[in-house]
Amino acid sequence: MTRLSLLAFLLLCLLSSAASAQVQIPDEPSDDPAVEERLARLSHELRCLQCRNQTLADSPSSIAADLRREIRTQIKAGKSDQEIVAFLTQRYGDFILFRPRVRPTTYLLWFGPFVLLVGGLFVLFRYVKQRRDAIAEEPLTAEERRRAEEMLRS
Amino acid sequence: MRYLIPLVLFLVLVVFLAIGLTRNPDDLPSALLDKPAPTFRLPQLKDPAKTFSAEDMRGKVWVLNVWASWCIACRDEHQYLGGYAKSGAAPIYGLNYKDRSENALAWLGELGDPYVLSAVDFDGRVGMDYGVFGAPETYLIDKGGTIRLKHVGPVTPDVWNKEFLPLVQQLNRQ
Repeated sequence: MTRLSLLAFLLLCLLSSAASAQVQIPDEPSDDPAVEERLARLSHELRCLQCRNQTLADSPSSIAADLRREIRTQIKAGKSDQEIVAFLTQRYGDFILFRPRVRPTTYLLWFGPFVLLVGGLFVLFRYVKQRRDAIAEEPLTAEERRRAEEMLRS
Repeated sequence: MRYLIPLVLFLVLVVFLAIGLTRNPDDLPSALLDKPAPTFRLPQLKDPAKTFSAEDMRGKVWVLNVWASWCIACRDEHQYLGGYAKSGAAPIYGLNYKDRSENALAWLGELGDPYVLSAVDFDGRVGMDYGVFGAPETYLIDKGGTIRLKHVGPVTPDVWNKEFLPLVQQLNRQ
């Protein structure tokens, strides 16, 4: 049984590798370390849209390799970081940025936590104050003091 | 009362998560919607001596379908494309994305060719201009060369009838 399932597994691997005959153009790092450094910095800030939670730098997918190659070409062509990011967001939208832009649709994302923090602090202070008022000691009346002294004497 | 607040918070969370589950994670807002379709000139798959350009389609409402022989979802979608093409609603052109032409031709030979023609985007550079990150992706382009609809993933009959057809008819009247 186990041998059979292993065989099935190997067959599946073989089939899927045969099916994924996607054109892969190999990465060719530049000789200029400055180019590679900028590419690394930029691609760590950008999302691989196919794998969603990986950066372009980390992703082994073919589209990520294509985008890295494109960024490298643009760096060599003397494009600024802003120009390269603009090139990518024009095509893939803001979703490609791991650091969302501050704009009306992302206000909640950027400022929501601070609003929650201020709200939480407000509730906390009110609660603490209420409790303090509730357990505050009232001074003894003259009658209570007399009775207490009496008890202590006996 | 003591249990009411956590219960309400829990129910709110459940509702949000339930809505989240019904959403298609591929349904990203397309940056190219209502923007001019990027220009390109690429060799045709069946006759590489000839080229195809988005410019050739000026004055027509047409569909650009990004496909590849390695793409499993494309195989799934392919069974429907012939029907859409035959209905005559809009001509369907293919963009053969990051594929080897011999594989692509074999694929069309095996499954049939619903496309008026397919253009060869071997290195995926034109796909990049269209914001393609995985096949299949389908674009509806109007007479003025503007992208009016983008669908990521297979165009099922449901998607075709509900999203593409009404817009095709509307655009054809313009």
